[in-house]
Amino acid sequence: MAIAEQQTQGQASGDQSWHGIVLQTLKRNEISLIPYVPDRVLTPLIKNLHADPFFTTFATAREEEAVGIVSGAWMGGRRGAVLMQTSGFATLANVLASLAVPYQIPLIMFVSERGTLGEFNYGQSLVCRTMRPVLDSLALEHHTITRLDELEFIADRSIKQAVTTQAPVALILNPLLTGGKVFDK
Amino acid sequence: MNTGNTKVMNRFDVTSRLIAKLKHEEAVIGGIGNTNFDLWAAGHRPQNFYMLGSMGLAFPIALGVALAQPDRRVFALEGDGSLLMQLGALSTIATLKPKNLIMIVMDNGIYQITGAQPTPAASVADIVAIAAGSGLANSAWAADEEDFERLVDAAMSAAEPSLIAVRIDDKPGVGTTRRDPVQIRERFMHGLGVREPL
Repeated sequence: MAIAEQQTQGQASGDQSWHGIVLQTLKRNEISLIPYVPDRVLTPLIKNLHADPFFTTFATAREEEAVGIVSGAWMGGRRGAVLMQTSGFATLANVLASLAVPYQIPLIMFVSERGTLGEFNYGQSLVCRTMRPVLDSLALEHHTITRLDELEFIADRSIKQAVTTQAPVALILNPLLTGGKVFDK
Repeated sequence: MNTGNTKVMNRFDVTSRLIAKLKHEEAVIGGIGNTNFDLWAAGHRPQNFYMLGSMGLAFPIALGVALAQPDRRVFALEGDGSLLMQLGALSTIATLKPKNLIMIVMDNGIYQITGAQPTPAASVADIVAIAAGSGLANSAWAADEEDFERLVDAAMSAAEPSLIAVRIDDKPGVGTTRRDPVQIRERFMHGLGVREPL
């Protein structure tokens, strides 16, 4: 948690926080459309995306709506990525199986992982267990990112792979990376 | 529904009237089922995208296209049952205000393709009132075919997103879309000038 706090404080000076690295990696890969359903852990990333005019950042009512938006944008020649929480990913099986995968759309998803490493809400811990089986059932590429020193490599390479292979990818931001959300917060 | 003065029209006829008006390579997103079957039957164009699932996402997909290509008019055709699945998308669109997005709702009050069961909204809700309440001020019922064409013309040069609702009959779609998702997507991207064919 101390590391996470340090990372959050680091946003003003440098961009070596997890969210600073994510933002820069998105920008370097020309991903400018960022619809999201918010999550506490994602808040500094969302705030900085809103503040940066390079990005078009906005909330959607549901995660599948955001998937539809970035899919349309991709076909129109603009790259996007969707930000969500674990419970939001759990609403996506239909759109993944009927839009992103069969139409070969490089859907880039960042999932803030709740439900593990100190989860205090039983429902969150259960819904988290559905995420990887759904990803695996569709043979979707996914990585769980736990280390700051691996974040840029995994995110940058995964985005490039998604685009070149025209396949979705889920980048799961683990509490070891972000600090997660704990009971006393 | 407050639609007492609106004529019951036909989806294929209305879709054909729309397609006949498109002279500038406008994009058209066809929602699942009969909506895109009739879009297909009205005559394939490279700027048409046909959905084969993900019920309710025609407007969000069209929004994405509209944000990617702000100089191109983008139409989305959606059924009332599909729209009910994703009413929140109306507010997202109202917030972003893409002036090049035109939403058309084909409202027959039933899930025609599954056996004509009435939707939960059929006898109680008004799609245009929902859209207006969601922040889409430029929303209207088409009174008849002529009025539909007038509303489409107005939407072509509107300064904000438009929603046109059409009362339609209970007829099934006229054609059947060829269900080849990769080819649908690839040809759509060619049609939008994003890619060249191999």
